[in-house]
Amino acid sequence: MQKQEYKVYAEKKSPNSPLWLNMLKAFLIGGLICVLGEGVRNFYTNWGLNLEEVAAATSITMVFLGVLLTGIGIYDNIAKHAGAGTLVPITGFANSVASPAIEYKSEGYVLGVGAKMFIIAGPVIVYGTVASVIAGLIYYFIH
Amino acid sequence: MTYLWAFIVGGILCVIGQILIDKTKLTPARILVVYVVAGVFLTLVGAYEPLVKLAGAGATVPLTGFGYSLAKGVMKAVEEHGLLGILTGGLTATAGGIAAAVVFSLIAALIFKSKEKS
Amino acid sequence: MSTKHIGKQTAQLASPPTITETFSVVGSKEGNGPLRTYFDEIVEDNTFGEDSWEKAESKFMSTAIQKVVQKASLSTSDIQYLLAGDLLNQCSSAHYAVRDTNIPFMGIYGACSTMAEGLGLAGLLVDGGFADHAVATTSSHFCSAEKQFRFPLEYGGQRTPTAQWTVTGSGAAVVSALGDGPYITHVTTGKVVDMGISDVNNMGAAMAPAAADTIAAHFQDTGFGPSDYDLIVTGDLGMVGRQLNIDLLSQQGYEVSDVIDDCGCMIYDFETEDVHAGASGCGCSASVFCSKLIEELRSGAIKRLLFVATGALMSTTALKQGETIPCVAHAVRIVTDKAN
Repeated sequence: MQKQEYKVYAEKKSPNSPLWLNMLKAFLIGGLICVLGEGVRNFYTNWGLNLEEVAAATSITMVFLGVLLTGIGIYDNIAKHAGAGTLVPITGFANSVASPAIEYKSEGYVLGVGAKMFIIAGPVIVYGTVASVIAGLIYYFIH
Repeated sequence: MTYLWAFIVGGILCVIGQILIDKTKLTPARILVVYVVAGVFLTLVGAYEPLVKLAGAGATVPLTGFGYSLAKGVMKAVEEHGLLGILTGGLTATAGGIAAAVVFSLIAALIFKSKEKS
Repeated sequence: MSTKHIGKQTAQLASPPTITETFSVVGSKEGNGPLRTYFDEIVEDNTFGEDSWEKAESKFMSTAIQKVVQKASLSTSDIQYLLAGDLLNQCSSAHYAVRDTNIPFMGIYGACSTMAEGLGLAGLLVDGGFADHAVATTSSHFCSAEKQFRFPLEYGGQRTPTAQWTVTGSGAAVVSALGDGPYITHVTTGKVVDMGISDVNNMGAAMAPAAADTIAAHFQDTGFGPSDYDLIVTGDLGMVGRQLNIDLLSQQGYEVSDVIDDCGCMIYDFETEDVHAGASGCGCSASVFCSKLIEELRSGAIKRLLFVATGALMSTTALKQGETIPCVAHAVRIVTDKAN
């Protein structure tokens, strides 16, 4: 059997992820996390914060919840079912920062926790920042 | 009503992510990068704002919303500070979330231990 | 002039060494599985009282080494060679496990094929007259493997149906010149086979061609066939790779489905444990061999065994650079009666 032929054959023989079930679970849990976020937003709005403050306070709260659930070891158990439902919300970003921080504690606080904290989420900050700068440049010239 | 839209829009954004995980070989980190960058440029062309108006946290909590904050921040900063705003705007607007992730994670590392999965 | 090499890849041992004693020590999940009664020791706390996963894994291996020597009524000074390796960078579990043993040490790396590699090499050393006793061992730990090869434990990821679960545990075997079996009669050394699979969540598919290649080579070199074995047991191909291996061998004219099993499909209960395609890790084939398989050889339930541990020689760096996964499988023939 040739390489290409084997690849196709192995692919065929390997069970696929249950896509429809995964989509349903991602939808329900992801949706619920957003509803929770909406509740947090309303709470801060009613508290009298302005629009920008509400946005920041909501992010901070959701990040806090993500980190907390990661620390007590619950987030990964939800994520096992939710997949993208817990990956895509900002709580997933928090999980991807907190989990290496906790895991690499055994290698010290500077080179372990400090250096490895963004081992997964780093690209999000890097490319998000770069994208915002490019967007800013474009906006500067068309504005 | 916003709650319902938050549920639906947030849920759909997650479903798109799930399809990317299961149907493409994109790793989770790549998918998050795609979401943030997409959020930035959708906001720049004015396509994301209506979604935020409609669904609130349904559009801001998913990572595209992080891109939305970055883009809105940079646009506002360009208006207020011109050229300098191009570099300062994005991170200024998202500083809260990033600082929270860093500080809370450090505290979590102090308190919690890595646990075996079941 | 080599006198013990037959065919292309096989050594035929002139005075087959005996596997004198084995010891298996596993974690709690393995200890709850179908092989629970076969293991020598089950450790409920998977940190094994240590403060890092790496140290815990090392302790699994040092426990296995220490206790297998005791169990064989030997002292460490009787052992001339210690062959050990594991999955972690620089084989650190092995190095720290053997640090205080005072046994001459040869480090080996074969990923999950390490147990067969070590057992085979120990057999060659003893048969060659270089040692009276040699110990082969390896280990793996779910948590240290996740950390090094995949994600931090608390990271929220979803495993695919083809993913395998790394065994927490270690197995060690004493191979001796004198003894009354089970005997190592043939060692077939595998070639590195890479059929272009790059999906780290489908190691079974990556390793199956290596297993099939080595088993076919063993048959060609020795003239044995599937019917000459009571059991051919592959390392840890899991559900997916196990079937692919059967298919690949069938294409070459070897029907093995009646005599084949896979360590990766034996150690966990698929009904109750969420392990997807099965088990993996050096500790998988090592702990299965050093428990159930050796016991069945002793009891006579198996008289002729081909132990084929398979390893995915994966480097996360190479994969990021676009490489595919090279794999290897080594086969050791073990029988209860030398005349067979």
